Amino acid sequence: MAAVKETVDQVKQIDVDQYKYGFVTDIESEKAPLGLNEDVIRFISAKKHEPEWMLEWRLDAYRRWLTMEEPTWAKLDYPKPKFNEIYYYSAPKVAEGPKSLDEVDPELLKTYAKLGIPLQEQEILAGVTEENRQYSKVAVDAVFDSVSVATTFKEELKKAGVIFCSISEAIREHPELVKKYLASVVPVSDNFYATLNSAVFTDGSFVYVPEGVRCPMELSTYFRINEQNTGQFERTLIIADKGSYVSYLEGCTAPQRDENQLHAAVVELIALEDAEIKYSTVQNWYPGDSEGKGGIYNFVTKRGDCREKNAKISWTQVETGSAITWKYPSCILRGDNSTGEFYSIAISNGYQQIDSGTKMIHLGKNTSSRIISKGISAGRSNNTYRGLVSAHKKAANARNFTQCDSLLIGDQCGAHTVPYVESKSASAIFEHEATTSKISDDQMFYCQARGIGEEEAVALIVNGFVKDVIQQLPMEFAVEAQKLINISLEGSVG
Amino acid sequence: MLEIKNLHAEVEGNKILRGINLTINPGEIHAIMGPNGSGKSTLSYVLAGKEDYEITEGEILFNGENVLEMEIDERAAAGLFLAMQYPIEIPGVANMTFLKTALNAQRVARGEGELKTPDFMKKVKELSAKLNVTQEMLRRPLNVGFSGGEKKRNEILQMALLEPKLCILDETDSGLDIDALRIVSEGVNALKSPERSMLVITHYQRLLNYIVPDVVHVMYKGQIVKTGDKSLALELEEKGYAEFTGEVAA
Repeated sequence: MAAVKETVDQVKQIDVDQYKYGFVTDIESEKAPLGLNEDVIRFISAKKHEPEWMLEWRLDAYRRWLTMEEPTWAKLDYPKPKFNEIYYYSAPKVAEGPKSLDEVDPELLKTYAKLGIPLQEQEILAGVTEENRQYSKVAVDAVFDSVSVATTFKEELKKAGVIFCSISEAIREHPELVKKYLASVVPVSDNFYATLNSAVFTDGSFVYVPEGVRCPMELSTYFRINEQNTGQFERTLIIADKGSYVSYLEGCTAPQRDENQLHAAVVELIALEDAEIKYSTVQNWYPGDSEGKGGIYNFVTKRGDCREKNAKISWTQVETGSAITWKYPSCILRGDNSTGEFYSIAISNGYQQIDSGTKMIHLGKNTSSRIISKGISAGRSNNTYRGLVSAHKKAANARNFTQCDSLLIGDQCGAHTVPYVESKSASAIFEHEATTSKISDDQMFYCQARGIGEEEAVALIVNGFVKDVIQQLPMEFAVEAQKLINISLEGSVG
Repeated sequence: MLEIKNLHAEVEGNKILRGINLTINPGEIHAIMGPNGSGKSTLSYVLAGKEDYEITEGEILFNGENVLEMEIDERAAAGLFLAMQYPIEIPGVANMTFLKTALNAQRVARGEGELKTPDFMKKVKELSAKLNVTQEMLRRPLNVGFSGGEKKRNEILQMALLEPKLCILDETDSGLDIDALRIVSEGVNALKSPERSMLVITHYQRLLNYIVPDVVHVMYKGQIVKTGDKSLALELEEKGYAEFTGEVAA
């Protein structure tokens, strides 16, 4: 390890600013060199003005990653990403986006229009280069508005003692919390993509809710709009201290385009005694064009730890985007009497592939978990539910209820259910229910005979199918999610 | 209102309708009776636009428009309503939501704009009280766990709300006890108007004591073999179908 020590010392000697101008040839682009090596990681760490321990942590992750292999067990079929042909760091606005909305996929624009998104926001979402935005004046005003909103919110949170900032800021400002909790739920070498994320993550959120505090508002990434835009390797860490409560919303219903095809996020939640975390996601990354080309690969590791007794973690997700989704938001039920929940709607259309589900790991006594998964497959897509429910031998009276329902639209898609159940506790009770159904011709005929058009009929039936999960979403998110579901399934019939 | 000319239809090569001719004028109530398998239900599905049937010959005009070229939902918006023999269950979709979606879809298709929620609620409340449809039934998922009588009452509620020009009742009396039959019939009779026509399909004369037809047709093997006034139904009840089909009833 002498060589490593030497490198670290060298980096230490370089002043951050010198480093910035000296290290990379093309400074203007604010981009790390193509590919991944230790220098790139040093570049990222320096860009983020990180302390040395963080750099060390990243380098350690990178070295472990080099020894790992990409998992192949998921029911997904895609060309393996070429990890050395990816930029791992680039500043938010790189002049590579479309020059104007005229260059954006018209299908995408239609969707924006249906969601009622104003033109200037459309330009931002579609990634139109800043200097070419027709509505730049308006956009600037809009952003200013958001910044002021964000500031107001920050004030209120501060009063309550809640820390809500970017992960980079947390590393600088709250190192004791980050050191204590980072990778305490998803270990650095947990899996191929989590390890990669540990080495190269560039953005994400950090939340700490102090003891006994009920976070006064739902936290959303939206309020970090003045921070850098979300990157391809997000890292989120949420800690709810004893007796606290927080609800966190992630994502956006508008289809987001991104030049980065590979996304590998890590989200860690820690709930201490009597604390509750509710985490809701609406994921709508670009799924690719009508032939499935150009969509996002979304490889996410999300895990929550009910670390002490009576803790509760609840995941709710609506997954409609991405070409490939590999995602299993899980709960470790360590504390006695702790509760884990997973509510999911996963919709695949076109050529999308989803392999998603959850893990409920019962370790403590009297722990309970509930899984409600609704998978909807249309077009030529494949939708797999993969879940694990396990009980440790000390997990007396562990309870789980799982319901997995799949709905097929058309005859060229697939729905698959792969539930694993492992119980080492004699007193554990696990229940699993699964159904697979098709929207029947009779249901369609009935709706249409009452005057409801074909696509609206599909939307109505699907919304009925996913109702149990929609009800778990915060109100305004639920309305948007419903709209999104309707749009995702357009063109799935006929 | 409705003009059916020489209508032939088949399913998977089996000829079911073999030249139906039928004209219904505004305000008229027609009844079609006939033994099982005579094609009564097929006729109602063909009118509504169910896709399982192939129309090989003939035409259907609804207020002068060619029905066979219209989509199912377009026919509904134009004022054609089929009260089904077996109403379909749709899990998770509240009955009320379904009613509102259907009504507004039709209104939008006709360029009338959506009905405001308070106006809609008022209307539904009024109509459901008459049909003995409870608030609880309106909140439940559409037809899921409804009894036979509840399903039929709910069909009539939809019909009353949508105010169609032509109501087709496909064996609405099947599975109803006397009380339910009375409620359903009263609901149907309340919809009688000089502008609205009805086509009542039934096996039994019993229903026609409550919903009195102007014209009665006997259907057999895909054709209308006899047409008369309401006394024809009584005659059928008395003599059976054999008299009209030239065969001994099984």
